[in-house]
Amino acid sequence: MRVEPFKRWMDERLSISTLGYAAQKKEVPLHRQSIWYYFGGMTLFLFVVQVVTGILLLLYYRPSSEDAFESVQFIMTEVKFGWLIRSIHSWSANLMILTLFIHMFSVYFMRAYERPREITWVTGVVLLLLSVCFGFSGYLLPWNEVSFFATKVGTDIAGVVPVAGKTMLRFLRGGDDVTGATLTRFFGFHVAVLPALATVFIGVHVLLVQLHGMHVPARYQKTYRRMKFFPNFLMRDLIGWLLAIGVLAALAAIFPWELGVKADPFAPAPAGIKPEWYFLFMFQTLKYIPPKIFIFDGEVIGILLFMLAGAALFVIPFVNRNPEQHPRRRLIFNILGGVAVLFIVVMTVIGYLA
Amino acid sequence: MITKVATSLLFCTGVILLAACSVTAQQKNSCIECHVKLEGELGDPARSIKNDIHLSRGLSCNDCHGGDPTVDDKVAAKDLTKGYLGRPRTMDIPAFCGKCHNDASFMKKFNPALRVDQEKEYATSVHGQLLKTGNTKVATCISCHGVHGIRAVSDALSSVYPSNVAETCSQCHSDSARMAEFKIPTNQYEKYKSSVHAKVLYEKQDLSAPTCNDCHGNHGAAPPGIASVANVCGQCHARQAELFRASVHKTAFDNSGLGECITCHSNHDIRSPTDELIGTGENAVCVSCHKPGEKGFVAAGELRGMIDGLLARIDQSHQILDRAERAGMEVSRPKFELREAIDGVTHARVLIHTSSTAEVDKVVAPSVAIAAKTYQAGLDALAELNVRRWGLVVSLFFILFLAVLVYLKLRQMERRQPA
Repeated sequence: MRVEPFKRWMDERLSISTLGYAAQKKEVPLHRQSIWYYFGGMTLFLFVVQVVTGILLLLYYRPSSEDAFESVQFIMTEVKFGWLIRSIHSWSANLMILTLFIHMFSVYFMRAYERPREITWVTGVVLLLLSVCFGFSGYLLPWNEVSFFATKVGTDIAGVVPVAGKTMLRFLRGGDDVTGATLTRFFGFHVAVLPALATVFIGVHVLLVQLHGMHVPARYQKTYRRMKFFPNFLMRDLIGWLLAIGVLAALAAIFPWELGVKADPFAPAPAGIKPEWYFLFMFQTLKYIPPKIFIFDGEVIGILLFMLAGAALFVIPFVNRNPEQHPRRRLIFNILGGVAVLFIVVMTVIGYLA
Repeated sequence: MITKVATSLLFCTGVILLAACSVTAQQKNSCIECHVKLEGELGDPARSIKNDIHLSRGLSCNDCHGGDPTVDDKVAAKDLTKGYLGRPRTMDIPAFCGKCHNDASFMKKFNPALRVDQEKEYATSVHGQLLKTGNTKVATCISCHGVHGIRAVSDALSSVYPSNVAETCSQCHSDSARMAEFKIPTNQYEKYKSSVHAKVLYEKQDLSAPTCNDCHGNHGAAPPGIASVANVCGQCHARQAELFRASVHKTAFDNSGLGECITCHSNHDIRSPTDELIGTGENAVCVSCHKPGEKGFVAAGELRGMIDGLLARIDQSHQILDRAERAGMEVSRPKFELREAIDGVTHARVLIHTSSTAEVDKVVAPSVAIAAKTYQAGLDALAELNVRRWGLVVSLFFILFLAVLVYLKLRQMERRQPA
C-alpha cells in the first residue's frame, strides 16, 4: 500500500506537516525545577482517563434515586471489569485533583503566571473550580448513604451564602431537599455541563501554553538548557502516564472503591459524615469558627472568606506584576503561598483524623 | 360628667361582685372544706380528690355520696332526706359505682366509648363470685382503681395503667397472709417480672405487651381454664395457636389434661423461647413427655437438627461473605439475599408448633438452598479476588516493562542526540 500519496492528500487539506514541523521545533526548558512541568500533562492524562472510564460507566449507570445505587452495584458485581472501571474512575478523580493542586502551587511558587501568561493562569483557576465541581457532583451519583448526607451538608453550606444562598441551594438541589431531582441535576452537570466547559477551558489553556511556551524561572534564565518536546519530553510524559496507570490499577485492585449502603432520605445522618478530602480543609475550618463573630454568623463569615480566597486566586497575576522588580512583594506572596499550603495540609490532616 | 362615670363604675363593680358571689355559691363544697381539716382517714378523701377524674369532669362528693355540700352545717349537709348515703359497705361498692357506670346514657355525656358492663363482668369474676358469698376480703372496684384519687386508665400514674397493673394486682396476690384463706400461690408477680412479657413492657415500654388483665381479664378476672389457655395466648400469638390446634399435640394434650401453651412455655414466668426448648437436650421441653426411642423423641431431635443445620449454614455464609467484604469485594447482594434465609429460621421456629418435620422442612429446605447460594457467592467473590490480584501482578509487570522500554529507548535516543 502506498502511504505517500495518502499523506500528501491529507497534508494538502490539513497541513499536517506544519503541525509536525511545529512539534519538531517545540522545546521545553531544562533546569533544576523542570520536574514540575510534568504535572500539567499528568493532570490532563488523568482527565482523559476520567473521560474514558466515565463514558464506560455511562453504558450502565441509571441516574434516578430508584436505580442509581442498584446500577452501580450491578456495575461492581455483574459487569465484566465493571469494578475496575468504577474504581479507576474514582481513584483517578482523586489523583487528578491532587496533581491539579501540585500543578497550581508549582506555577504559583515559580511565578509562571507573570506576563504574558495571566490568562493561562485564569483558565487554570477556572479548571480547578470545574474539577472540584466534577468531584462534588460525581460524589452523589452512586446514591449511597455517605454521598447523600455529604451532599446535604455541602449544599447546606452553599445555602448559607448571603443574598444568593437560598436561590443557589434550590438551584443545586432542584427543590428544598436533596432528592432524586438533585441526583438527576448533578448527573446533568457531571456528564454534560462540566465536561463541555472543561473541554473549552482545557483547549484554551493548552493552546496558550503552546503559544507562550513553558515559563522559565528568573534564576534559571541564563543557565537553562533546552529539551525537544517531541519525542524527549513526551516520552518522559509517557513513562509518567504508564506509572500512573500502574498506580491506578494497584489502587483499584487492592482498595476497590466502596459502594456502601443505599441512601435513605428518611434515615438519620450517620455519625462522622465527611466530604471528599479536597473539601476537608474548608469543612474542618468551618468547625473551628465560632457560631457568632460580633453580630455576624460565624459560618457565613467563614464561607465568605473562602469565596474571597477563591476570587483572590484569579487576581494574583494582576496584583503581583513584575515580581522580579519587587523583591518585598515577591516575599509576601511566597509567604502567603506557604501559609496556604501549610493551612490546607494541616486542616486536611486534622479533618481526616477527627 | 363625673357623676355619670362614678355611677357607671359603681354599676360595673356591683355586677362583678354579684357574679363572683354566684360562682362562689356554685363551687361551694362544704364536704371538702370540713374534711380537709380532719386528720387521718376522714381527711384523706378531701386531700386526694384533687387528682380525681370525676372531680375534673365536674362531679363532686355528693354525686356519689349524696347530701348537700352547699350548706356549712354538718347535720344539714348529711341530711338523709337529701339522699345522703355516707360510706358504702364493701358488699355494696360494685353497685355503688355501677349507679353511674352501668348507665349508658349518663356515661355517654363524659365518654361515649366507655363500656357500661363492668359491674356485670365483675359479677362473673372470682372476686365477684366470692363477694356474693359475703367474703369482703376480695377485690372490688376501689381495690384496683383507688378511691377518691381515681385517675383515667390512660393516665401513667393510674394504678391500672398497663405498666402498673401487675403491681396493683400484687398488692393482694403477693400477700401470703391474705391469700392463705384462698389457697392460691403468691409468687405470680415475682414470676411475671422475670418473664419476656414483663421485659418488653418495662424495659421497652411497649404497652402492647401483656400484663395480668390481658390474660385473666380485668373486671371479670379469673384464671383461664386449661381448655381456654390457647385462646388466651392465641389473641396475640395467633399463628402459633392455629398451627398447634392442627397438630398431633392438640388431641394428645386434651387427652392428658395438659394446658396447651403453658405446658411447654409455662404461664407467669414465660421466658424468651430459645432453640434449646426443642429437641432432646437437657433443657428441651419435648423430653418431659417423650422418652428415648419413641417416635416423638426422634421427631424432636430431627426438628432441632433442622433448625441447627440451617443456622450453621447461615453462619457459614455470613463468615465467608464478611471475609470477602473485608477484602474489598462487593457482596451486598448475597448479603441481602441471606436475610431471606434468616427469615426462614423465624418462620421455621413458628412452624415447630405443627410438630411436623415435613411442614418445617417446607421452609427449612428453601432457606438452606438460599444459604448455600450465598455461600457460593462468597466463594466466588474470594476466587474473583484472587483473579484480580494475579491480574494486577501480570498487568503491573507489563506496564513496568513498557515503561522501562520507553526509558531505555529515550536514553538511547538522547545518547545519539548532539548535546
